[in-house]
Formats: sequence, structure tokens, C-alpha cells
Amino acid sequence: MSSNDTSNDTSNTAELDTADLSTAELAHEEKAALAAELFAPGVGAQAGPPTTPATATGSAGDTPPGAHSHGGPVLTGQPVPTGSPAERFTSTDPDAFPKPTGREEEWRFTPLRRARQLLDGAPSDARLQVESDLPEGAVLTSVEAGDPLLKGLPEPVDRLAALTRQRSNGATVLRIAKEAVLDRPVTLRLSGTGAEDVVWGQLVVEVGAFAQATVVLDHAGLAKYSGGAAFLLGDGAQLTVVSVQEWAPGTVHGGQYDSVVGRDASLKQIVVTLGGDLVRLVSNVSYTGTGGQADLYGLYFADETQHQEHRLWVDHATPNCRSNVVYKGALQGEQAHSVWIGDVRIRPAATGTETYELNRNLVLTDGARADSVPNLEIETGEIVSAGHASATGRFDDEQLFYLCSRGIDAETARRLVVRGFFADVVQHIGIPELQDRLMRTIEVRLGALPELDEQPVEVG
Amino acid sequence: MTSPTATPAATGLKAGSVLEIRDLHVTVGDGDDAKEILRGVDLTVRGGETHAIMGPNGSGKSTLAYSIAGHPKYTITGGTVTLDGEDVLAMTVDERARAGLFLAMQYPVEVPGVSVSNFLRTAATAVTGEAPKLRTWVKDVRTEMAALEMDSAFAERNVNEGFSGGEKKRHEILQMRLLKPKMAILDETDSGLDVDALRIVSEGVNRAKADSPVGVLLITHYTRILRYIKPDFVHVFVAGRVVEEGGPELAQKLEDEGYAAYVKDSAEQAATEKTALEATQQ
Repeated sequence: MSSNDTSNDTSNTAELDTADLSTAELAHEEKAALAAELFAPGVGAQAGPPTTPATATGSAGDTPPGAHSHGGPVLTGQPVPTGSPAERFTSTDPDAFPKPTGREEEWRFTPLRRARQLLDGAPSDARLQVESDLPEGAVLTSVEAGDPLLKGLPEPVDRLAALTRQRSNGATVLRIAKEAVLDRPVTLRLSGTGAEDVVWGQLVVEVGAFAQATVVLDHAGLAKYSGGAAFLLGDGAQLTVVSVQEWAPGTVHGGQYDSVVGRDASLKQIVVTLGGDLVRLVSNVSYTGTGGQADLYGLYFADETQHQEHRLWVDHATPNCRSNVVYKGALQGEQAHSVWIGDVRIRPAATGTETYELNRNLVLTDGARADSVPNLEIETGEIVSAGHASATGRFDDEQLFYLCSRGIDAETARRLVVRGFFADVVQHIGIPELQDRLMRTIEVRLGALPELDEQPVEVG
Repeated sequence: MTSPTATPAATGLKAGSVLEIRDLHVTVGDGDDAKEILRGVDLTVRGGETHAIMGPNGSGKSTLAYSIAGHPKYTITGGTVTLDGEDVLAMTVDERARAGLFLAMQYPVEVPGVSVSNFLRTAATAVTGEAPKLRTWVKDVRTEMAALEMDSAFAERNVNEGFSGGEKKRHEILQMRLLKPKMAILDETDSGLDVDALRIVSEGVNRAKADSPVGVLLITHYTRILRYIKPDFVHVFVAGRVVEEGGPELAQKLEDEGYAAYVKDSAEQAATEKTALEATQQ
């Protein structure tokens, strides 16, 4: 055993001293190879009695995506809301969900007091200011409540999402024509103008078959906002979705993003959460055909008292699809709190699945807390690969040692590592101006971090 | 940050740099778990010389390399390390590099989001004390990358991220070429390389030797790399100390006979010492 083993994959051995205990258990890595050995095809890894893994929840692997079970007379009688990821209860009826008390799995991390105004669900006509840049091939329109388009969307997974669907009373619709290849990104600048009334919003982005588009949702200003968004990708379509949350202090933002990935289509989603008091985004992905791909990147930077929560659910129910989740966050200051929930389910029919999810949290100061919960459920052994990794810690000593061993002083090394930590996600956006803008914002935020300037320059 | 000992390497390319290691004792771990890995290492490397350190797995070769470089995992419990008379052990990791030490790592670390070109320029600026002139710098990097048969796209990739074993080692030698150290420690640079990569990497080291009077401490388990990089001295390293020294012919002996005899001797010696220690305690 030689000493230099220490330099191998150190990120998983990052310090856990400041992380909450509930995150400490997650500094591990799990490989599907193991799961594939342990669970025979068709046997639920965690769901229900092993003999009847799927029927117990009324949803087998061959159920078409979108046809989620909900408050109707399904085969097995009363649907029971269960914790993720075994099966999720979905409904368009807000009252089908109990009012959150903070004990529910999906609400247990959220500061409900701050979300109260949203969860109260009072109707409102308030809107965000929208400024749009539409290249040729993209059309912005709207539909009324009750439109068939809305009925076909994946259903809300929690009370807030159901309220949003109902209260938004229709939807803004962005259509990308079939086979259109947009020459620049579609940008929707969504600005909040005040926090008096809740803004309810629903967006549907329809990307025609074989179209290629990038859509940027650029959130700023002050708002109490709950916005649903559905991204429907036709066969062979390629969509990059960027959602930037650069909200002003005082903002509360909730939302459910649903992506439905067509046959051979590919989705890239980059979520960047920097501002606001409370941001809670739920991103769901399902596939309607084989060969679909989804890359979900996320970046968050929580300062004092900010709560940033990202919950992901990737549902593999069709063969030969791929998903990759990479969320990275940094935290600094008292009561900075981030939550990352990464659920991936590989249903019995989803043979040939390739999936990986990763969450890294960089805790820059004391008093911050990062919760990280990956869930991987594998119901077939016939997959390509599946794995997840999660680690929360301070700077990676091995990275700092490597840089310092090249003469770079410890402070510069720290800045390089932190900047790199963010750039690693930002560079996936593919829009240089936006990337530069976000990195500048991050630099400014880092500049306010005394630890980087004043910490004694020692490694380890 | 800057210490009087941190002489910019570029101005310190005079011949006659000397790295002296005296009775170095190093442990790993804390308190009751502390384990002594180096048990009195003596070694002198002069500029222009190449010393091969050879030994079985677990003998402490890499610990020696990382201790000289200043890795925080290791605790120096005794002895000295000096470079041209300056106390290396009193320097921070970055000061050691700026004083002219370089460690080519066996497992170079990935640094996500930091491009190779940015990293190299930052390192060169730190080591030489000023930003390299852009035009000559770009040319130097390109020339050396070509010599190491590295694709130019390499410069835009993140440091060591997704690099193959061979790419990581080439990248290490690229840094050695650009940072121009007085003393280079190559920690199992040959491990995991195929014949072509081994030749390319070795030629890079030989170019450095030809260009400057760099001292090289070549740590290896195998004699294979010594066919490409000719050592002036060979040291056999077993159980945390040098147990035999000789010229290049010693490498041939190790090739033929392996480490078994040394390991046995060392074990017997350790047993004798333990008995003696127990005797004194009683």
C-alpha cells in the first residue's frame, strides 16, 4: 500500500465536519454492477413486496410515461402517496395532496414559513414582466385553461405544483417548429416587480421532431413566484434549457419542470440558482421512446439564510435511454442551506439504461448546511450502468496540494478550485455571454468571502 | 506569502544545486494510529545527477517523494531536508516549488473547471515570479506539447480530467519542462505506461536534463524506465530506508534477483531491533 493512494478520487473523502449528519452518510458511491447482481430482472430493489414489485403501486414499467397513477379508481384501489423514489403520487387537484406540515418527505427540508404565501394558494392576476428574444422558427403564444395541451402534461407531484397548474389558468406556449435549427437561443427574461401577490405561471415548450433549440429562462427581480414548465421533445429533437435564478433578496420561487424526452431526442438542462430567499425547483424527466438522452446540470450558491432546493426525478421506463445528473453547489454564511434530492428509477422495461448522478457541495464557511440525498432504484439487471455519488465537504486538499506543488500560493489555489468548481457546470451552457455574466456574478459573491483572502495559506 | 527561501527557479539554474536528505523520519496517521513509514533516510542528489530509488511496494518510496514536496498527510518526526542549504521542511508546499522542487505525481489530481492552459500559465507565473511573455510562452507550450506528442486540444481540457494514464504522465512531464525545476522527483512516472508512452515521457525528462543541470530523483518499482533514463546512482529502498547503493549495475542485479533478499534482511533486522528494544524495556 503506497502513500500516494491518497490522491485517488479524493472528492469522496472530502471532510464532513461541517456537514449535517444526514448528509454524512451519503459520502459514498454505489455502482450498478452491484445492484445488478443483487436484483434479478423485474424485482424491485426497494419497492413493495419482491414478488409483486410493480403491480402493488398500480404502475408497471410498460405504462406509458405521463399516465401516472392518481386519485382515481385504479386497479389496486386507494392510491397511497408514498415517499420517493418507489412511486410518486401525482394529481392535478391541489386538495388531493395534504397541506404540507413539514413532516412529508417532499417538504421536510423546506422552510414552510417562507413558502407559506405560495402554499396558501390565493388566486392572483399578478404576472412577471416578460421580455422575449425569439429567433426565427420559435413562436410564443398562449392557451386557455382546459386546452388539451395542458391535459397531456405530466401531472403535478406536490401541492404547490398542483396549485400552480390550477391558478395559472392556462399557459404560455413556446413552439419550436419541426426540424427548425435555431440560429440563436430563445431568451425569456422573466422579471419580478414585487412580492405583494403570488405570481402563478405555466410554460409549455414544444420542440418539434428533429428541431434544435436552446431556451433560456432568465429570472430576476423581486417576486413570490410559482412557475411550472413543461418541455416536450419530439423524436430526435435536441433541446438545451437554461434556467437562471438571479432573483433579488426576498424572492420566493417554486416550480416543477417536466421534461418529456422523445425517441432519440436529447435534453440538456442547466439550472443555475444564485439569488432569492427560497428557491425550490423540482425537475422531472421521462422518456417516451428508446434512445433518449438527458443531461441535467445544476449549480447553486447559497449565501446567508438562503435556501436552495433542487429535487430531481429521472424515470427510466423505456429501453436504451441515458441520463446524467451533475449538480454542484457552494455554501457560505450562517444558515445557508442547500438541498439536493436525486431520484433515479429504472423500471423493469428500461433495459440498456445508462445513468449516473452526482452531487458535490463545497462548504466554504461554518454555519452552512448541505443536504444531499441520492436515491437509485434499479428494477432490472439488464442495464449498461447506473451509479451515483454525493460528497459534501470543504476544499479538496488533494486539489490544493496539486496546485500548490506547482508553486501556486494557497489563496490563488483556492480561488482556482472554487472558480473551477462552478465553471465546470457553467461551461455546459454553451452561450459565452451568459457564461461570462454568471461567472462574474459568482466572482463578486466569492469576493465577499473573507476566508479566501485571510485564511492562513496552509494546505490541510 | 513569499519567503526569503523562495528563489524563482528560472533565475536559479546554476549548476551545483544540492538536495540533501539527512536521517529523515516520517509517520502517517495521528496519535496511536501513527505509523512510521520512513525510518532514517539519507540521500544526497546534486544538480545534473540522476538517482533511481528502487524498492518493493510499501517500502515508503512514494512517502519520501510526498514528504519532500510537503504533503500534509505526512508528519516529519526527525531529520532534515535542505535544498542548497535552505530548510525545505520549513517551507510551505508552494514555497518548495518556487525554491525549485518539482514532484511528478503517480496519480495526478483532477481539477474540474480549471483548464490546462490557465493552470500552466498560473503555475509558471508563480514559479518565475512574473507572468510569462505571451508570445514566447504560447510557443514554448506548443513546442513541448508537440514533443510529448500531445494534441493541442489538450490545453483547453480541464486539468487531468478524463485524461488517460499516459496523458496524465505526459502532462506531468510537460509541467516539468515548463517550470524548469532544480530538482525533479518522478514518482513512478513509468507505472501504467505502454512502451511508446514510456519512451515519449522518458525523452521529455532527458531533454530537461540536457537543457539544464536538473537533479532527478527517479522513483520506480521496475528497471524498465532505466533503459531510457540512465541513472548515475541506484538506491535500494526497503522498509523506509536505503539499504544498498550503487551504480547502474545495481539495477541489473535487481532485475535479475528481485527484492526478496533485501526484504528478508530487512525483516530480520527489524526483528532483531524489536528483540533488542524489548530487552531494554525489560
